[in-house]
Amino acid sequence: MAFSDDNRRKAQALIARYPVAKSAILPLLHLAQEQDGWVSPAAMEEIAELLELAPAQVLGVCSFYTMFKREPVGRFVVSVCTNVSCLVNRGPELLEALDARYLDDDEVFVEEVECLAACDLAPVLQVNYEFHGPVTPESAETIIEEYRRGTRVARSVSGTLITSSDRER
Amino acid sequence: MAETRIVTKRLRDHPDDSWTIDRYLQTGGYEALRKALTMTPEQIGEEQVKASGLRGRGGAGFGTGQKWSFLPKDVYPRYLAVNADEGEPSTFKDHMLVERDPHQLIEGVVISAFAIECHQAFIYLRGEFALGAERMERALAEAAERGFIGKNILGSGFDLDVVLHRGAGAYIAGDETGLLSSLEGERAMPRIKPPFPAVQGLFAKPTVVNNVETLSTIPYIIERGGEWYASLGVGKSTGTRVFSVSGHVERPGNYEVELGTSFRELIEGLAGGVPGGRQLKFFIPGGASSPWLVPEHLDAPTDMDYVQNELKSMLGSGAIMVFDQTTNPVQVAWRIAKFFAHESCGKCTPCREGSTWMEKVLYRMANGMGRPDDLDLLLDFGDNIVPGLNAPFAQTTICALGPSTMSPVVSLDRYFRDEVLQMIGAPAASAVEST
Ligand SMILES: Cc1cc2nc3c(=O)[nH]c(=O)nc-3n(C[C@H](O)[C@H](O)[C@H](O)COP(=O)(O)O)c2cc1C
Ligand code: SF4
Ligand code: FES
Repeated sequence: MAFSDDNRRKAQALIARYPVAKSAILPLLHLAQEQDGWVSPAAMEEIAELLELAPAQVLGVCSFYTMFKREPVGRFVVSVCTNVSCLVNRGPELLEALDARYLDDDEVFVEEVECLAACDLAPVLQVNYEFHGPVTPESAETIIEEYRRGTRVARSVSGTLITSSDRER
Repeated sequence: MAETRIVTKRLRDHPDDSWTIDRYLQTGGYEALRKALTMTPEQIGEEQVKASGLRGRGGAGFGTGQKWSFLPKDVYPRYLAVNADEGEPSTFKDHMLVERDPHQLIEGVVISAFAIECHQAFIYLRGEFALGAERMERALAEAAERGFIGKNILGSGFDLDVVLHRGAGAYIAGDETGLLSSLEGERAMPRIKPPFPAVQGLFAKPTVVNNVETLSTIPYIIERGGEWYASLGVGKSTGTRVFSVSGHVERPGNYEVELGTSFRELIEGLAGGVPGGRQLKFFIPGGASSPWLVPEHLDAPTDMDYVQNELKSMLGSGAIMVFDQTTNPVQVAWRIAKFFAHESCGKCTPCREGSTWMEKVLYRMANGMGRPDDLDLLLDFGDNIVPGLNAPFAQTTICALGPSTMSPVVSLDRYFRDEVLQMIGAPAASAVEST
């Protein structure tokens, strides 16, 4: 079983929100990623069972959406935008610098993403779906290291809601 | 030049707590809902929303009241899907509206659901908007606690359930039919129209899909009347719009102005113009899908019909991207092509293959490896996606993403042909033809 008992109950509640069970597939994939930090084959199988689908259908949906990681990515997903408004505000240099800095770091996964709808903050990145911008390679690294040290409170790698007590820590 | 703030008023006046229920109620929130519940659905849709002239703010600019009236009579259940998937490059208004005024959207959703006789709404929120999801989830709980959503809303007998549904990173889920596929638990692949969602949408039931900004406007139309709203704006572009201005400008941000305001007032006035005394080279008026404009168009009005008919572009998502004289237009075209190649869902061959090849050719052009006839080659690809390019419009793809891939190429050809040819070291155009 991939889901914890608690999360299985949550999964049932999510399914109940929709007229057709299959609609809960994205919420369940988010839940799996929140629990494990990635979407494992075991989780996809359990989701298939819960929704009465073939595991291949779940994989087919999961692999379509960029937020779902099908292998472990570490504690932090750093998403750097290089789309046009960031392009003309040194987004690509930011990506290159962070890529190099965290190449061998198992905790920090750096990815290039499309426009994050925060172009007024260009160049922009997200750390576990929390926005930061405008940043330089140096200030970005400072922010990432603050998350690592715990002086900033990070969301899950699915960006899932943290509890308000987490927020106040 | 000042903004005309309607949907952005509260969040500008109360930047510290505009998203809380207390602030919302204290600034007149949910009063429009009370009023709407005393009206009939026809009075809301036919008399007020239609009269307001409100057109969708998601991109296509379709009349909102008209869209609602396409729902077939007596077919239930009906669904309302809120398009909060905002992914059109350089658009960042819905992000702000959801994060900073979630109750305004909820109020618009409840009024609209009441008007279209629907009891189940879904808010399809872009997955990357984590704070937006958190605030929206809380706002929905608060609204339920106070009886603004749920059973027997404010004692009216009207029931509405609203589910927040997080996306997971796919631009194409922003297309209305892609959104419906995604909400049904499929890959977010668009479906051919007709049937239109109003007739056969979510779970094959009549469904209205509306944008965040569109629905956020509804409470004001109810509160002050459709005629008041129609008195703002210009021609058939009534009311205000929130324009996201970014790129090479002094003050990037969202600015809400009456439609008809010139691009110059937005770019040079509100956004402070190009920094460092540099010159404007070109701007993209309606998101990455729209054809580009150049400085001679700065005084044109932000009138949806004018921009489409006279300038052969579109106001699209209301995102204005600004580029100064130092910008290489081929590099911008390449980055947009890369975006479309990445986001094409792959269902239609012309879009899937065309976008991929366009990215490759633009890459070599932008990186000193361009060939003399590359620009014409790109136009040729376009002919397979949108035969005849501009008119008559004959698309070979299921959704509008395919044709959109041509906007950067058409723009390079329209305004930068000489520069492009010079850049790739091609002989002058006439010489190419004679060889
Ligand atoms: C590829 C593509 C992406 C789109 N993305 C969005 C989007 O992110 N948000 C949005 O509201 N509309 C988007 N649209 C437009 C929607 O299909 C639809 O027209 C709109 O949500 C309807 O709402 P409105 O009438 O209130 O504008 C997109 C369309 C296409 C073809
Ligand atoms: S045009 Fe492109 S994105 Fe749209 S359905 Fe076809 S392949 Fe998918
Ligand atoms: S272009 Fe980077 S956030 Fe929009």
